[in-house]
Amino acid sequence: MGNPKAWDADRALIRIRELERLPGALLPILHALQDEFGYIDKAAVPLIADALNLSHAEVHGTISFYHDFRHNPAGKHVLKLCRAEACQSMGCESMIRHVEDKLGIHLGQTTEDHSFTVDAVYCLGNCALSPAVMLDGKLYGRVSREVADFLIDSAQRHA
Amino acid sequence: MSVKVYVPCDAAAVSVGADAVAKSVAEQIASRRLNASVVRNGSRGMFWLEPLVEVETPQGRIAYGPVSADSVASLFEAGFLEGKPHTLRLGPTEEIPFLKRQERLTFARCGITDPLSLSDYVSHGGYRGLERALKLTPETIIEDVTNSGLRGRGGAGFPTGIKWRTVLNTPADKKYIVCNADEGDSGTYADRMIMEGDPFVLIEGMTIAGIAVGATSGYIYVRSEYPHAFRALRRAIAIAYDKGYLGANVAGSGKRFDLEARMGAGAYICGEETSLLESLEGKRGQIRFKPPLPAISGLFGKPTVINNVISLATVPIILDKGGEYYKNFGMGKSRGTLTIQLAGNIKHGGLVEKAFGLSLREAIYDFGGGTASGRPLRAVQVGGPLGAYFPESLLDTPLDYEAFAERKGMLGHGGIVVFDDTVDLAHQARFAMEFCAVESCGKCTPCRVGSTRGVEVIDKIIADRDRMLNLELLDDLCQVLTDGSLCALGGLIPYPVQSAIRHFPEDFHKPAPPPPANGSSKVPGKVQETQSWS
Repeated sequence: MGNPKAWDADRALIRIRELERLPGALLPILHALQDEFGYIDKAAVPLIADALNLSHAEVHGTISFYHDFRHNPAGKHVLKLCRAEACQSMGCESMIRHVEDKLGIHLGQTTEDHSFTVDAVYCLGNCALSPAVMLDGKLYGRVSREVADFLIDSAQRHA
Repeated sequence: MSVKVYVPCDAAAVSVGADAVAKSVAEQIASRRLNASVVRNGSRGMFWLEPLVEVETPQGRIAYGPVSADSVASLFEAGFLEGKPHTLRLGPTEEIPFLKRQERLTFARCGITDPLSLSDYVSHGGYRGLERALKLTPETIIEDVTNSGLRGRGGAGFPTGIKWRTVLNTPADKKYIVCNADEGDSGTYADRMIMEGDPFVLIEGMTIAGIAVGATSGYIYVRSEYPHAFRALRRAIAIAYDKGYLGANVAGSGKRFDLEARMGAGAYICGEETSLLESLEGKRGQIRFKPPLPAISGLFGKPTVINNVISLATVPIILDKGGEYYKNFGMGKSRGTLTIQLAGNIKHGGLVEKAFGLSLREAIYDFGGGTASGRPLRAVQVGGPLGAYFPESLLDTPLDYEAFAERKGMLGHGGIVVFDDTVDLAHQARFAMEFCAVESCGKCTPCRVGSTRGVEVIDKIIADRDRMLNLELLDDLCQVLTDGSLCALGGLIPYPVQSAIRHFPEDFHKPAPPPPANGSSKVPGKVQETQSWS
């Protein structure tokens, strides 16, 4: 999370060079680029393909396979809402609808002002304290509508 | 002597405020000029009591919980550093019935030690298993693991010793140990707790595996939803290298074992072992055909031991105390202990490590205290999103691999998700198919296409459109998924669907819900899709 920098091909190449010798380097490289820029820019594909001696299709196919990798910058805050069974048993669906209504977006979308992205996740491993959410990498448990409101409002205040 | 105050650093404890509590305790100690220090331990696994704060007293550790940052000052006022009474005082930690009735072998240290203190680890019995393993031949190590009866705790329950022997007997210039830490099943968190609460036990288990089969390199594939666990492992691995427990000369033995933690990228399917290997190689996480087994041709085409976190973290105690010791726990073909994870709508959610044989009812009521909502229990899903839904009438099923299989369910990774009487099983069956559609790797047609068709058919059943015909069609579709899918995702997704229909038929025969009012659930405002390259 943090404050991602704008896409910069030179900077991307430095990160690629740091990791390209690892066995199975593609995922570590993609994570590094997403950490750096908040998403994987289209322009990164030929750079990675060239460094790892892969086709553009192989790199693109890998990026698009995984839920984590973004094609566009995420909002300033990323809120991951668990909608797996344990959280369902504690009413996550209504909390999630509440969050969607509050922010005016659906799961998988970003608000127009780029302040929030909300994503569905399937299990955060906090199943004894459901419903669980993760805001900017921090885990929260027993998230009622009120707790969700508090988390969103606090994040917006510190925007 | 300085008094130790324990505040867990476990992600679940932190999720309900443990960091703020630790900060507040440290501030109180400083402002009152007390001779005390804060230790961040793992979690004891009693999550309804988190943040659970413990104080070390001459009478042993005394627990207080659930502690909020606001209540810390009053604890100091009450004299909790001497273990004195307070409304949050729970008594000696080990005497809390939930904990006292357990048999903690794999989790012996979790919640007790500082997870990143190697000296704490060693003084609590750590690295004794490796020490003994280094004196044995590879064959003897594997014999011990085989004798222990340890079966893969990831869900499949394959005997660990047999897997290891195959790798040992497959000649190669390079072999690997891979730890599957892609704990994606809802209702499970045992792997996460070990990685955050006692990471050295996993490192030790993997090192022993490496020495047993002749592998010099290992990877831990951690799901990206577990950033806390990933950080804990990276730090623990660095410490183990620094102290000579990893690298070219493991504990002075002259043997090499290198270890690295890698992060997944949000794909449930990567918990399937061959998908995980593809992902580690830097590819799409699509499953591989078997054979060849990973034990013959695994990571980068080399013989590979791939085991779940709990399986590997159980190896040190087996090597330390011997296979016989471990085998003496359990029942039938399920030997040793099971790490049960109580989750969902449960009053006392948490980790129960207990010899195989406890019934589902005992786990849910004697340990879990029934539902959190106080409403009647209606359904229980054991074994994650691919596990069956059981009704109240099946609660006497013992928690054992074979007993679950006989009742068309599976024990899986030991997660138990409880639902009260507000649950709609037709909705849960639809969710199972929806989840399968989201997470399918796309390699085989039954799973890729069948899951989407499954959602559509269940929608028609719920809407009462040709209901009987569509129930028949759904049954047929489930048969195709069972018989035709390449891996357990498509192959087992019929479990939750068909068990819901079998045990809760009334939920599939309700009157159709009224159609949604015009555009009611739509939210206002212009939106931007995040997942498209324009």
